[in-house]
Amino acid sequence: MINLSPPLSGRDVKKLRVGELVKVNGQIVTARDRAYPRALELLRAGKRLPLDLRGAVVYHCGPLAKRTPRGWQVLSAGPTTSARLDRMQVEFVGRAGVRGLIGKGGVGEDVAAELARLGCVYLAFTGGAAVLAAQAIERVEKVLWRDLGTAEALWVLRVRDFGPLVVAVDTKGNNLYLRQKR
Amino acid sequence: MLPILSKLDCMLAEPKFRAAIVEMLRRAETALPEDIVRALKRSRGRERGRIARLQLDCMLKNLELAKRIGAPICQDTGTFTFFIQLGSELKLNFDLKKALSKAVVQATREVPLRANIVDPFTRKNTGTNVGIEQPSLHLELIPGKKLSIDLLVKGAGAENWSRFFMLRPADEGKAIERAVLLTLVEAGGRPCPPTIVGVGVGGSAEVAPVLAKRALLRSLDITNPDAGLARLERRITRVVNGLGIGPMGLGGRTTVLGVHVEKAACHTASLPVAVALQCWAARRARARLLNGRLRVEVPR
Repeated sequence: MINLSPPLSGRDVKKLRVGELVKVNGQIVTARDRAYPRALELLRAGKRLPLDLRGAVVYHCGPLAKRTPRGWQVLSAGPTTSARLDRMQVEFVGRAGVRGLIGKGGVGEDVAAELARLGCVYLAFTGGAAVLAAQAIERVEKVLWRDLGTAEALWVLRVRDFGPLVVAVDTKGNNLYLRQKR
Repeated sequence: MLPILSKLDCMLAEPKFRAAIVEMLRRAETALPEDIVRALKRSRGRERGRIARLQLDCMLKNLELAKRIGAPICQDTGTFTFFIQLGSELKLNFDLKKALSKAVVQATREVPLRANIVDPFTRKNTGTNVGIEQPSLHLELIPGKKLSIDLLVKGAGAENWSRFFMLRPADEGKAIERAVLLTLVEAGGRPCPPTIVGVGVGGSAEVAPVLAKRALLRSLDITNPDAGLARLERRITRVVNGLGIGPMGLGGRTTVLGVHVEKAACHTASLPVAVALQCWAARRARARLLNGRLRVEVPR
């Protein structure tokens, strides 16, 4: 299994090929339906995000977590449907400089092609395997944009051997989901 | 003496009812019924591809972890639909809807569950998993003093691919099959396959979707008692599993674990068809009133 430790460079990402298995060690950041437009609004206005996402791995996820005296404990944190973000995906990845997306179900065909051009890979994690995912989260570093609700906030997570993830869209434009359509 | 008599006459008290509902929610969210687990294991045996097997292995491993830790299987703890059959001779001295809501609030806090319910316009989260018409309740009055409660937990990933078709009566047969195939091809890997497909045929624009959802409650081990519908279910299952969508849409032989069709009579000029998909984490629970006690049945 290939290890990825964000922040990722273009070179780290270009080596990956569809069908390869990957695990992530280090920092990942969740973002979904409500965080994307807010991030885009800031980036379009030339403002900074509360967190630098250049080279980052963004996880499409709305975790289930509980508060403990020692901070947040993530109980279940599987991937959400990435395609819901298709409309914003390319601009978000392009403007923020994201190098990897983790989600489920893949992205639209045109979006996949654009991601390849931008040098960003799509890593598929088993939908619903939320406790498995939570086990790989060492700690919650920060929760940003809490006002969006806990599922929609940006969760900055420190992970260890997060996976197994399947490279489903690579930078050559190969798309594992398209192979099933024939 | 009268007040005592009426107390005895009341079969079920609100706190006991509420506790049973909380228990149903907890069990449904943390463990899958045995028929689903068995079907996932069978699929694992059938798959030849490395990636398809990996997806099923992750699902099965996740189920073990969830059960052991007592954590929700999926972070999308979903929305809750209750199908209740209430004996018309049974006396409940409490507000059924309110008791269900209270149970949902309690389970959300205690299990805990993710707060998923928002206002459809403002998108403001209620924070409690309760809102207008949430949880959803389908109440059926039956004769006698029986009470049975079925709970269906559905995440948005699968729910978002529900479809409703108004077909032409002259189409029949193949058109129903086509509608189901269209739904599944369009959905691809996004409703978290292998899914269970509920199909509601007939009724009307409000009946068919309810039939489709209720069909998801049926155990995978139970064959449709209607031989014609059972044949249709087998045929659709075979065709869909030949599409190659596979576990999580990453390719393979298992796209659906089962297809369940229910029907209702309809207008001579209509043929409504509803399709509801349930993700592989097909969470459900049941409780029944036995000897004055509401017993939650363990998903086996």
